[in-house]
Amino acid sequence: MAIKTHSKLEKKNTNTVKPFKGKDLITYLIVVVFFTVFQVLASTGTLKNSLKALLVPICVQVILAVSLNLVVGFLGELSLGHAGFMCVGAFTGTFFSVLMEDVITVVWVRFACAFVIGAIAAAISGILIGIPVLRLKGDYLAIVTLAFGEIIKTIVNALYIGKDSNGFHMSLDSSKLGMGTDGQIILNGPQGISGTPKNSTFLIGFILVMLVLIIVNNLMDSRTGRAIMSIRDNRIAAESVGIDITKYKLMVFTISAAMAGIAGVLYSHNLSKLTATTANFGYTMSITILVYVVLGGMGNVRGSVIAATILYALPELLRGIGDLSSYRMLIYSILLILMMIFNNGTYFVSLREEIAYKFKNKKTKTAGEAA
Amino acid sequence: MKIKKILALVLSLAMVFSFAACTDTKVDEESSTNDAVSSEGTFAKEGTIKIGGIGPLTGDNAQYGVAVKLGAELAVAEINAAGGINGYKVEFKMEDDIGDAEKAVTAYNSLKDWDMQMLMGTVTSTPCAAVAAETEIDNMLLITPSGSAIDCINPDTAFRVCFADPAQGSVAADYIKSNNLATKVAVIYNSSDSYSTGIKDSFVAKAAANGLVVVAQEAFTNDSATDFSAQVTNVKAAGAELVFLPIYYTPASLILKQANDMGYNPVYLGSDGMDGILGMENIDTALVEGLMYLTPFMETATDDVTVNFVTKFKAAYPDQTQYMNQFCADAYDAIYAIKAAAEKANISADMSVSDIGDAMKVAMTEITLDGVTGSNITWDATGEPTKTPKVVKIVNGSVAEA
Repeated sequence: MAIKTHSKLEKKNTNTVKPFKGKDLITYLIVVVFFTVFQVLASTGTLKNSLKALLVPICVQVILAVSLNLVVGFLGELSLGHAGFMCVGAFTGTFFSVLMEDVITVVWVRFACAFVIGAIAAAISGILIGIPVLRLKGDYLAIVTLAFGEIIKTIVNALYIGKDSNGFHMSLDSSKLGMGTDGQIILNGPQGISGTPKNSTFLIGFILVMLVLIIVNNLMDSRTGRAIMSIRDNRIAAESVGIDITKYKLMVFTISAAMAGIAGVLYSHNLSKLTATTANFGYTMSITILVYVVLGGMGNVRGSVIAATILYALPELLRGIGDLSSYRMLIYSILLILMMIFNNGTYFVSLREEIAYKFKNKKTKTAGEAA
Repeated sequence: MKIKKILALVLSLAMVFSFAACTDTKVDEESSTNDAVSSEGTFAKEGTIKIGGIGPLTGDNAQYGVAVKLGAELAVAEINAAGGINGYKVEFKMEDDIGDAEKAVTAYNSLKDWDMQMLMGTVTSTPCAAVAAETEIDNMLLITPSGSAIDCINPDTAFRVCFADPAQGSVAADYIKSNNLATKVAVIYNSSDSYSTGIKDSFVAKAAANGLVVVAQEAFTNDSATDFSAQVTNVKAAGAELVFLPIYYTPASLILKQANDMGYNPVYLGSDGMDGILGMENIDTALVEGLMYLTPFMETATDDVTVNFVTKFKAAYPDQTQYMNQFCADAYDAIYAIKAAAEKANISADMSVSDIGDAMKVAMTEITLDGVTGSNITWDATGEPTKTPKVVKIVNGSVAEA
């Protein structure tokens, strides 16, 4: 009886939650301002080419960081296979685009379909991987997801898929593909997919970032979101009040994978050639995304957005520092260490709190005086 | 809580402005040419011709990128010492792409900010294909020293100095046939590498056409490139008399070692990735004795161009002779090809990128280059060079023509 009234109360509460809360609004505002400034600069031609080329990749990184934050920050499980889902999305989406390039000539329809297909494929792989993997927790989960990410990359590198008048041909050996003379190999093993239409624009990237942000923020403000965070905070307590842990874990994992898939489609349609290497879909990428999340703050969506933007753009901006540019990767690493210390070192955290406290005091004082 | 919000807003605004600030500053950078080679001559005309380069200077493939950088800088220094191209000074600037397609496109754009007029790059195949699509939009001339995949030179304005992957595979198969080296052949290749699979596919097709029997095709991946006992066992069991290795020299040296340990000593034929195997540290020369491979460049060749290149390189980079390989030679030739074509087309420093691209794509098909990687090299409109790979053999610990 007690539980029932409780859930009723909850329901009432969620209904009164506004779609845009103040803290989320600032995040949206930052993204919108960022977009407007750069879109204006780009259209007036004052933006350097190198910065213009960074805009779409930054959107990709932001989506990846926010989606991984869902798993790492809100669910509290360490996943190191995020690039694998991005890989699934990228390859299925691109495969569709290349296949349909002559069939669906309206670019935005084709591109939208590619996003949907990429997201669904990544979500399915998220479910498939999630079922066995989510029985584990902590370090074990991290290692198993790492392995799954590598498996996805390896499978993509081993597949040959072509199409001729008889339909699709698929093989693990290029010589056994058995294609007709009119055949066209679309996915060519480690040589990947070439001739991807370059459809990604900053506007599309911006829309997707906003979409992902709205989904994540609203999900976390909902009843489901609170259930997810309760799993992170105290698994046993959450289980004892009747939260279905496996269900919520799988849900988060799937949503996060689908978003990574979207990022993958955006990524691949920004380049004409798509191959799966360690640098773009391997564990190095997964760890890079994790770095964004950790630097931005676990469970802090806005932090992920800012951290992904800065960390992705930094090595590229460091190209412009003249003679020192050969040391840019070193400088980048040092800056990364400094930022981590500044963000999380005990001394700096207390220093920051102190400043914030003084600032707050002063403000209340002046407010008091004014009154 | 409120403070946090304000702080976040201020910080993010600061970030936005710092980005915006970057857009206005025109950074004047000097090309970082090596001091050892920058003996500049005098130039007949004002202005510079800017050639950009892209390649992996850091990361797993850095050895190739650095070799290309050194080769190109050597050629640029020589050209400048001799009065430049059409009387203009040549500037060369190389950007890092870590061997990644996305980073290569960023590097390309930052070179465009530097007002690059022609591109010598990129070094590795996948980034090259991605950059080629970008150069097509800008109609910029692209000469890749070592991007061997087919789609590296899809645009009209793209050319390459090295062999295409399929060309190497079929030359290897023809060489085996015409010299009666073997009838039963096997391939060990890297299935996670597009270079290796590209050569393997064309080799297998051509070998079948030549009546050779491919008894085994064994694959490995980058992640398993240390233990080859399974592949070697299979190849040995299949009774291959010759093993074709379209792979780079690091895994190849391990294959040679592990096969020798099993008492299996077939004839080995490698692709141009094998070049450099003698330069490896602690390489057992007895093991590589008799190894054959395809290469465009042979250090011990006695023609004037090669002798000049080898002496100049050793003088300019005495500590970096390990980089004097075919990548370096390809880059050296790429710069000289640009020079020859630019002189033919009468390129001037104030021409736009697109005009240069239009003029150069015609001129490139009209020149004949006597380079380090082959004599009488010509290009057709598809961008492929006409030159035949040399087959070399390791005899008594040094490279000799086979």
